[in-house]
Amino acid sequence: MSLFELPILSTLGPAAAGGCASGGCASGGCGTAPAERTSENSRREFLKTATTLTLGAMSLTLLPGVTAGDDLLPLPPHGGDGHAPAAKPMYGFLIDTTKCIGAGKCLTACRVENGVPDGQSRTWVERYVHYKDGRVEVDLVPETGYAESGEVQPAAEDVLRAYFVPKLCNQCVDAPCNQVCPVHASIKSPEGIELVDTDRCIGCGYCVQACPYGIRFMNHDTGVADKCNWCYHRVMRNEQPACVEACPTGARVFGRVDDPDSEISKRLATVPTNVLKQHLGTLPLTRYVGLTDEVT
Amino acid sequence: MEFHALHDAPFIFPNDAHPPWSIMIVLYPYITGMVAGAFVVSTMYHVFHREALRPVARLAVVTSLCLGACATLPLLLHLHQPLRAFNVVATPSPTSAMAGFGFIYSFYMLVLLVDVWLIFRPAIVERAGTASGAWRGVYRALALGVVEITPRAAEIDRRLVHVLSVIGIPAACLLHGYVGFLFGAIKANPWWSSSLMPVIFLTSAVVSGIAVLTLLYLFLCRRSRMEPEAECVRSLSRLLWMFLLLAVVFEAIDILHVAYEREEEWHVIRALLSTKLRFSYLTLQVVIGSLLPLLLLPLPAFSRRLGAGFRHSIAGVAAVLILVQVAAMRWNVVVGGQLFSKSFRGFVEYPVDWFGREGLLAAAVVLAMPMVLLWGAMQILPVWPPSPESESGAKA
Repeated sequence: MSLFELPILSTLGPAAAGGCASGGCASGGCGTAPAERTSENSRREFLKTATTLTLGAMSLTLLPGVTAGDDLLPLPPHGGDGHAPAAKPMYGFLIDTTKCIGAGKCLTACRVENGVPDGQSRTWVERYVHYKDGRVEVDLVPETGYAESGEVQPAAEDVLRAYFVPKLCNQCVDAPCNQVCPVHASIKSPEGIELVDTDRCIGCGYCVQACPYGIRFMNHDTGVADKCNWCYHRVMRNEQPACVEACPTGARVFGRVDDPDSEISKRLATVPTNVLKQHLGTLPLTRYVGLTDEVT
Repeated sequence: MEFHALHDAPFIFPNDAHPPWSIMIVLYPYITGMVAGAFVVSTMYHVFHREALRPVARLAVVTSLCLGACATLPLLLHLHQPLRAFNVVATPSPTSAMAGFGFIYSFYMLVLLVDVWLIFRPAIVERAGTASGAWRGVYRALALGVVEITPRAAEIDRRLVHVLSVIGIPAACLLHGYVGFLFGAIKANPWWSSSLMPVIFLTSAVVSGIAVLTLLYLFLCRRSRMEPEAECVRSLSRLLWMFLLLAVVFEAIDILHVAYEREEEWHVIRALLSTKLRFSYLTLQVVIGSLLPLLLLPLPAFSRRLGAGFRHSIAGVAAVLILVQVAAMRWNVVVGGQLFSKSFRGFVEYPVDWFGREGLLAAAVVLAMPMVLLWGAMQILPVWPPSPESESGAKA
């Protein structure tokens, strides 16, 4: 159905032609003098046309395909052979907390790759320290790593266990940030990766509030929402995200989950994994190995 | 699972260190609340024919219009990309609650504008004929060129005002209930996420609207050396007491429900209320802003023994306290919800600047703007009701 076949717009025809939609005037049923009738008709037609156009314009704005989203990103050049593109790839991200050593290499790689302003983060690494006296302390791994940070470290004899938890965008299938964005500036790529259209974002901050994981932030430099996008620009070039490439221990695994031979698929098939804040029902694509209850 | 919220070794997510919503987002629901509340008072007269409120019926719609005209100002000051503000209506996302704002606000303001125009049309037309000089031009423009009103036109106007007021009631409820929904639908934030939030916002909106009108009425009467009509103040006080009671009950149910269930979010909320919001919530919102006016208001609302001057003074004091309560409530919701990290392990410092686009000074200007507009509107429109002689039938 074309837009002009919509009932609301189809009334434009007679209105624009100046005809009387009811037909009452033609039969003389209006009971008014000709001059008054003309005046009345033109006013009625004007109101009808104005109302139709206004409602029509408003209805157009509610059609996302007409106004936003579809033209933003070209389809990625998957397939590689220059012929028919491959079927829509599905990506996943696996964090193995048992492998992370808190080196901080991923943090610098992300900041450099994506130009993230100081004091804000697309990704970070949390350190959980369980002491023998029952205390649990959490802190952020410095970008330099602990060795070069000069921070006083907990005494080994006091510590029961400790582990690192890298955080990044969970790429939720049912993403609250995407749901609340009022202007289609939060968009999901065909591969299911949540992106920010920086040319469309109005900087209201609603998506920042809606993200349960604290991943989004208002970029101090650009004045628009910012977030981890799994280095979408690199992924589209068949490269790994910067943090994955920089990780010295393979704690961050990225790849196609629709390819049974990919490393991530093999790991997901053999190791129990979990997601953050599962009770919120956001269905994250980022999965964790060794996630504990303390991790929020 | 035990939350170590806010324990000895706090930890906040790095991006939570900069709360995205400033004091402007506190003002936005504060002002829209008064818009909706003031309109409700006018409908009490125009729809429900509560004659005691006749002295403030016109003042109510004009106040609502002036407040409404400034309602978008804090939002524009807050937006990081204010030049793209119209994207909200040009390319709204149907899944976003916020995208409804442009349409709901525009619809309400249109209804309100036409309502005000129709209510004041007889006065405008009369002045278009009697005023001289530039004022004559102003009134002729406001009259849209129609400089006489037939009895039939006056009757149609009266009916239209009734219809518009009836339409305006759900529109005003939608306008402010929707603001509550913006917060209540954020599942990421346990302090906001509540299905009662729209109701709480709505009732407190009505409360703030009645309170601001009570204050305005008492102030304007004193300024023009008029004696406030006792029945009007009494009626306003009764409404104020009733809606405040409702607001307090809903707010209490919301907290008590979470406190009694003791789910994980309670650990955060308890820590929040007992530390960061101890003064602004417990002292300001609950004790000074709610309990005290609930105890004071029965005096002007129900007592017939006390002197009028004393009753009116009490009503004024209660109205001030209630305006403080609603402001504190908005602060506690908007700022309180950003005072803890989504790690639920630590509090966040909330910076309040004096200067800048979202500073306290700008906030004071935004709050003063509707009152400046109201002063201007009062120079043009007669907000006091016509004399009984000219409208002898109205009171019958």
